[in-house]
Amino acid sequence: MVEKKTPVLETRKLGVTFGGLRAVSNFNIQIYPGELVGLIGPNGAGKTSVFNLLTGVYSPTEGTVLLDGVPLNGKKTHQFVQAGIARTFQNIRLFKEMTVLENVMVACTKDLSYGLFSASFRTPKYWQQEQKVAEKSIRLLEICGLSDVAGLPAASLPYGRQRKLEIARALATDMKVLLLDEPAAGMNPTETAELLACIQVIRKTFGIAILLIEHDMSLVMNICERIQVIDYGQTIASGSPEEIATNKRVIAAYLGE
Amino acid sequence: MSTFFQTLIVGLRLGSIYALIALGYTMVYGIIRLINFAHGDFIMVGGYTVIFTIPLVLRLGAPAWVSVLAAVVVCALVGMSTELIAYRPVRKKGTNMTALITAIAMSLFLENLAQAIPVIGPNPKVSTQIFRAGGIRFGTVTMEYTTIFTLIISAVIMLVLYTFTQKTRLGRAMRCVSEDKAAATLMGINVNHTILLTFGIGSALAAVAALMYLAQYPKVYTTMGGLLGLKAFVSAVLGGIGIIPGAMLGGIVIGLVESFTTSYISSSMADTFVFLILIIVLVIKPAGILGKNVGEKV
Amino acid sequence: MNLKKTSNGYLLNTVVIVLLFTAFQILTKVKGSDGSFKLVLVPSLWQCCYLMVLACSLNLVLGFMGQLSLGHCGFMAVGAYTAALLSLACERSGFFTGKSDPMFLLVMIASFLAAGTLSALLSLLVGIPALRLKGDYLAIITLGFGMIIVNIINNLPFCGQDGLALGSAAASLYKNGLGFGSKAKVQFLWFALIVTILSLTLMFMFVRSKYGRAIRAIRDDEIAASASGVNVAGFKVLTFAYSGFFAGIAGALYACTNATLSTSSFAFTNGGILNSTFVVVMVVLGGMGSLTGSAVAAAIMFFVNYQIKNGTWVDLLPSSVKGIFEYPMLVYALVLIVVILFRPKGIFGSYEFSLQNLIPDLRRAAAQRKAARQERKEARANG
Repeated sequence: MVEKKTPVLETRKLGVTFGGLRAVSNFNIQIYPGELVGLIGPNGAGKTSVFNLLTGVYSPTEGTVLLDGVPLNGKKTHQFVQAGIARTFQNIRLFKEMTVLENVMVACTKDLSYGLFSASFRTPKYWQQEQKVAEKSIRLLEICGLSDVAGLPAASLPYGRQRKLEIARALATDMKVLLLDEPAAGMNPTETAELLACIQVIRKTFGIAILLIEHDMSLVMNICERIQVIDYGQTIASGSPEEIATNKRVIAAYLGE
Repeated sequence: MSTFFQTLIVGLRLGSIYALIALGYTMVYGIIRLINFAHGDFIMVGGYTVIFTIPLVLRLGAPAWVSVLAAVVVCALVGMSTELIAYRPVRKKGTNMTALITAIAMSLFLENLAQAIPVIGPNPKVSTQIFRAGGIRFGTVTMEYTTIFTLIISAVIMLVLYTFTQKTRLGRAMRCVSEDKAAATLMGINVNHTILLTFGIGSALAAVAALMYLAQYPKVYTTMGGLLGLKAFVSAVLGGIGIIPGAMLGGIVIGLVESFTTSYISSSMADTFVFLILIIVLVIKPAGILGKNVGEKV
Repeated sequence: MNLKKTSNGYLLNTVVIVLLFTAFQILTKVKGSDGSFKLVLVPSLWQCCYLMVLACSLNLVLGFMGQLSLGHCGFMAVGAYTAALLSLACERSGFFTGKSDPMFLLVMIASFLAAGTLSALLSLLVGIPALRLKGDYLAIITLGFGMIIVNIINNLPFCGQDGLALGSAAASLYKNGLGFGSKAKVQFLWFALIVTILSLTLMFMFVRSKYGRAIRAIRDDEIAASASGVNVAGFKVLTFAYSGFFAGIAGALYACTNATLSTSSFAFTNGGILNSTFVVVMVVLGGMGSLTGSAVAAAIMFFVNYQIKNGTWVDLLPSSVKGIFEYPMLVYALVLIVVILFRPKGIFGSYEFSLQNLIPDLRRAAAQRKAARQERKEARANG
């Protein structure tokens, strides 16, 4: 059972309105360090909108996002990331023309404090930092099983490995919470199994909290410790996988009444 | 006060010419997302056709402006061949950027080809009077016949074009292709034909604009399409590119800005103000005055 | 990343550049007064220098960051006028007299830096709308900026449509300011070469650092870039300024080369090969994302332009073909369309020339060509 700690990621009465449409309203979630939480809901329930709120892509019309108890209101996406929230995308978004290694190194930009002068004249500071970042990126690629393709353009990878690369890139930001947007979408069972293994390794290695959106119910039920269900932008249930599986409102929302 | 009205009239007339040209840009951009830099040069093609056919038309006993019919045909043909020869192959293979460069290359090509043709040559040609001289006086303000015809013809054309895109089958097909090419194909629309048709109509409009322009400024030269086309394109962007009423609105705004700057500030600063207005509007409203802001889906 | 190999590469490049440079200096000393060297080769090199710097600086924005800028020559104009006016001001205030004055070198360096800085500051202004606008909209805004800059310079009384092209200003620009006649061009060739090499190196270093990685990420996917913690707005504005700085340097080089400045040279299009359109063409032809490509394309375009206008071989052509060459822009337009149809990624794609990797690169390219040929043969055999 989770003891009385501060949640690493918390939202309070989070909501966003587009025109007259309330995409998300009164959304509350607490994620504690090391937890794996699932966010599920029917199509169009507002799951991706929640992710966009949690990463600063949308600015909330009400409520706040707190990271380690610090509100992130008014910050831009890259500041959310630098604070410690990283994500992957539902439709894979890689830097297609860059190599696999470069994709990961881009996410390390915040580790590189050298300025224009150092970059232009290649001072020792430049070399040290670049070297460190390159080593870190290679290590991450190894963890995600991508070190053999480090020099290839990202677009040339097969689908499943592109997903892994997205995760590796997110890890490179040294986040505290990782948001995965339908990581298993469009994957065959083997690829899904590999991805699950990868996620387990990441949890073990980094001890980070993960919030996961997924359609594949068996996957969510298998790996998540806690599940929150939303529909029409509102939380309709939350609890352990067993509780969710038997919850009447959840079944109604999925099957229609 | 009379200066004010005179300036207003000049602005409206200039604006309606810009609007006609802008329609060509907007229709092409709407359908294939390409700034057709060669469109300005279609005006030049139209201008020369008008100049060369006027003697013929006069010999037949028709009024001079009838030569626009020839210009419409020639421009439509040039426009459609540009699409067939240059744009379509590049669209299949290249990126947006290469398509744009092709458009720039086509523009250079047309301009310099015209210069290389002996009857045209690099020197400007002067046109004869196209509409009746003189005008109607309202107190201190004179409204020339040229102005009246320009305003009426462009208003009619825009109305017809708008009705065409909204009500007819072909017009609907055009709008459909501009929204989603794959879906249009699935609906049984021949995308390539529709694009070709758009080029035809857009270029034909350039021919009409050329006639209007010549009626006012009776001089044709090979690079006349450059700045004229650019300002028309600015009009299209200002109004919201891809939107037909936007092109009209943008054209009128740019025409007014230009004529008021010329008569109240300085004629040599007119271009600065035209582009300044554009920058200000786009920074405030990135999709243009009538455009809808569509955010990228994440 | 192999540190040792990279630093060896730097050493190799430096040695080769120094060697070439020394060889060139000796050549200048020996052939300095020779007619064709002084009247053809050296002026051509000056022209190539500013075209190369200009094309590469645009490539930062266009090729690496993927933002189409159609007003790049406007920034070059700012650089050219700043440098020319500053040198004139120094001359009039008696800070130096004549080009042999040692103070002249100082003034020249100051003019170059001022040209770059002012143009970078103006580029910052363009960078701001670039935060909100993308693609074609940004293209049209930059085009507008270029037009406005040229228009404003035209209306400044001390620059004017031909303020620096006519009268005493132009004369003293030649005599004492930054305008170089053919003798001074030979004398100061080393300066142009050093400025060019330094500019290209700095841009190359920019591209091969976190800055280059960040802007290429922005080009490929802006949303993913910000989701990877890249400050998209910051890098965009910075890159516009950095690119503008070197456009200004190119402008200063231009002022030295063509002492008669007139704004029509910096327009969006005009009869010559120096205009915003053609810079874009150089970058695209050379390969977006390859500084090597931009530099080579700039040199080639200059060479072709020069040959079409002055080459003796043009006279040997049959008159029907020669007729076409009277309209060089027509030839360019055709070449451009053909290149785009058959090599849409530009001549070099995103390849960068490297002395150290030259041989392996060539080998790999040959192997690829062989594989492609093999594949085609098999396809033919099967089909």
